[in-house]
Amino acid sequence: MWEYLTDSFNWSGNEGIWARIVEHLWYTFAALGLSVVIALPIGLRIGHTRRGAFLAINLGNAARALPSLGLLMIAVLLTDQIGFLPVLIALVALGIPPILASTYAGLSGVDAATIDAARGMGMTGREILTKVEIPIGLPLIISGIRSATLQIVSTATIAALVSLGGLGRYVVDGLKLRDFPQMFTGALLVALLAIALDALFALIGRIAVSPGLKIS
Amino acid sequence: MTWIGDNLGLIWEQLREHLYLAIVPVILGLIISVPLGYVATRYSWLANPLIAFGGVLYSLPSIALFIVIPAVLGTKVLSTVNIIVALTIYTVSLLIRNVIDGLRSVPPDVRQSAIAVGYGALHRVVAVDLPIAVPVIFTGLRVVTVANISMVSVGAVIGIGGLGELFTLGFQKDFLTPVVVGVVLSLALALVADLILVTLQRILTPWARVATPVGEVA
Repeated sequence: MWEYLTDSFNWSGNEGIWARIVEHLWYTFAALGLSVVIALPIGLRIGHTRRGAFLAINLGNAARALPSLGLLMIAVLLTDQIGFLPVLIALVALGIPPILASTYAGLSGVDAATIDAARGMGMTGREILTKVEIPIGLPLIISGIRSATLQIVSTATIAALVSLGGLGRYVVDGLKLRDFPQMFTGALLVALLAIALDALFALIGRIAVSPGLKIS
Repeated sequence: MTWIGDNLGLIWEQLREHLYLAIVPVILGLIISVPLGYVATRYSWLANPLIAFGGVLYSLPSIALFIVIPAVLGTKVLSTVNIIVALTIYTVSLLIRNVIDGLRSVPPDVRQSAIAVGYGALHRVVAVDLPIAVPVIFTGLRVVTVANISMVSVGAVIGIGGLGELFTLGFQKDFLTPVVVGVVLSLALALVADLILVTLQRILTPWARVATPVGEVA
């Protein structure tokens, strides 16, 4: 494996390791961005109004049982194409539930007395949402986005099965060629990427969460 | 629909393999995490590093583990042992937190009462501490069981994946039915396993059902 990793030829070029990492990150962030755009407003709405909580909780639980590989294959067969679109659909379907569930959980965990106090101070519903509920619920919201990221980054590996690039290429091509060092390289890089992204979100959480919430 | 009828044997076989690959790691993981969690509550400086390490392990993509494990263990790439070891690692890395939290949730006065009435260390852990920790441990057990069941199918990428093999089969033949059958059975398996765990928890914690005394508002 070291020979593979330390050979500079393997790092550069269109099919080099850097290019694969960039592709992998592109799938990950495209899917993550879309998941956030869809799930965050719905989660905030459910958390703020407390209507539809049943949906948020059960969707989060049920999604854990969904096999990602099967989801991807269904997306490929239903869209009748191989490529970015089915992968995006499958990854977004994986990303939505954890974000939705934890956004709801974050908002519903806000003490009712705190919201009452905010209302008593004359805050409107929108102000309560943006100035009280979101800041207090932020740690959980971020942890939901964090687990969605982990799900997506590891599942993006499977994109290679349907002819896309990304780090999964090493796994899929290596398997076909029985080229073990190549498979191992791919697996290791995906793992490192996952750990790096996880650390990134831990950092974001530390910076973004209000210092007032950290005292306890 | 005729495909299902013609391939019942195959479907049944993959379902059995899927169940085996998902459940064995849960049992192994439980057997490992309970003593490990107990040790971590005895020597409490161990607890936080263990939980943190578990968090990192759990963040590793399953496909990566399935491939890296044979290199570490020297097993064949197509051996089911790889899947079982990988999922056992996930189980322990998630469950360790719940075991530690569960054992910590035992009230000190309960523990002291047990010692006072003459329970030995091992007897106390088995008869007092663990039963009290059951609800917290089972929360983790349910999450990890469901996650394992869905993760097994990723193994199909490297050729062993229970129902996941129906996914690759359907993909190769450009044929939706096997994929849908695989997804539905995988979901059903997760649901049934979850129900069994909920039932088991109720049986193991009979006091939880009478926790609210008659006449008192919950």
